[in-house]
Amino acid sequence: MPRLEIRDLAFNGGAPVNLTIEPAECVALSGPSGGGKTMMLRAVADLDPHGGDAFLDGSAASAMPAPIWRRRVGFLPADSPWWYDRVGDHFPTVDNSALQTLGFEEDVLKWTVRRLSSGEKQRLALLRLLVRKPEALLLDEPTANLDPDSGARVERLLADYRDEYAAPVLWVSHSAEQAGRVARRRFAMKDGELREASF
Amino acid sequence: MTQAITLTPLDLSIAALLVVGLGVLGLPLRLRLTRQIFVAALRTTIQLLLVGLVLKWLFGAVNPLWLLLIALVMVLAAAREVVNRQERRFRGAWGFGMGASAMFLSSFAVCIFALTIVIRNQPWYDPRYAIPLLGMLLGNTMNGIAIGLDRLTQTAWQQRAILEARLSLGERWSEAVRQIRRESIRGGMIPIINAMAVAGIVSLPGMMTGQILAGSPPVEAVKYQILIMFLIAAGSGFGTIAAVSAGSRRLFDERERLRLDRLKET
Repeated sequence: MPRLEIRDLAFNGGAPVNLTIEPAECVALSGPSGGGKTMMLRAVADLDPHGGDAFLDGSAASAMPAPIWRRRVGFLPADSPWWYDRVGDHFPTVDNSALQTLGFEEDVLKWTVRRLSSGEKQRLALLRLLVRKPEALLLDEPTANLDPDSGARVERLLADYRDEYAAPVLWVSHSAEQAGRVARRRFAMKDGELREASF
Repeated sequence: MTQAITLTPLDLSIAALLVVGLGVLGLPLRLRLTRQIFVAALRTTIQLLLVGLVLKWLFGAVNPLWLLLIALVMVLAAAREVVNRQERRFRGAWGFGMGASAMFLSSFAVCIFALTIVIRNQPWYDPRYAIPLLGMLLGNTMNGIAIGLDRLTQTAWQQRAILEARLSLGERWSEAVRQIRRESIRGGMIPIINAMAVAGIVSLPGMMTGQILAGSPPVEAVKYQILIMFLIAAGSGFGTIAAVSAGSRRLFDERERLRLDRLKET
């Protein structure tokens, strides 16, 4: 059962951050734009130089090659770009039931990326991450561009994934309602400082 | 063998009027190139006159040490030129060092190969062969490397989000940058491939033209030109591959993070 531990993580010149997310727990992270939420996720995913360390299931990020660490802690950026022409080329494997949960037919994999709307891109970017079976999830506003129905589908899919793989989830959200729905613990990041927020 | 007609300073001045005309035409068109055109034309005149004097002296003194010194000056100047042509160059010594070492390795290796194995002149460091050969190699290698590195850093800058998304999905740095590296190497090699493809049909290469003007039989000049084309293709190709590969690696750190802060902002 993977537990995500963030120890004295220092990034962007802020105070060191400590946070432990239990297996199958979802922690919501909110705060003003530019407050450092994205920077925190990037530091956990080891995409930026940082102080401190992060541990998954007891093993330190610094003790394993960075690509392996990143594969294990799936980071979903707020704006996920596409680089091949076809949607399917970005997918190593297919998960039909997940496609259906998000409201896609299987033939979406044959589509060209240009055909996708921004909401479709966002949902498929999540799927592209989940088929790689990360043990934890670092989500940067995964429903930001979605209509309420699609947003609910994404929340359901993520809840299923979290339960099935006992994955710790760190979810950046601007919506207090969403944070209340998906997480029991909520934190706010302001001026680079992490504080537990009460409901 | 007919001797080439000697050009007088007056002949060159008349030709210079064309460049002056070009610069003046640039003013109403607001090309903002007039100053650059004049500076470049002036540089060409002074540099070539100086090198003429140096060569005249060097050809009298066949000494590998002098040759090496001149060759080093040429490589350093070419490396500086590569750096100056970068829109977003690598910070610090790397920007200069990668271009310089790639150019040094590939131009010197190809040049020495040609002198000792193909041309076999005695001694191989006779500057009458070595300097023009190295000059042509360096000039073209410099272009390839400059285009390749510029393409690499520009594209990486524009595609930062893609590179980081690929790293986030667990790709190695080499997988993430593969397409950009390939396109950059292609960009650096295309000029010489095109030059080989049209040589003799569309363009008469400068060296061959020079030899013919100086009175060489055309077929002899052509054979040298073919040799030079092959050497340039190899030299600039290997140099571009080496420089772009080193540059691609330098875009990432030991934790395989994309480090665009290693590039100078424009």
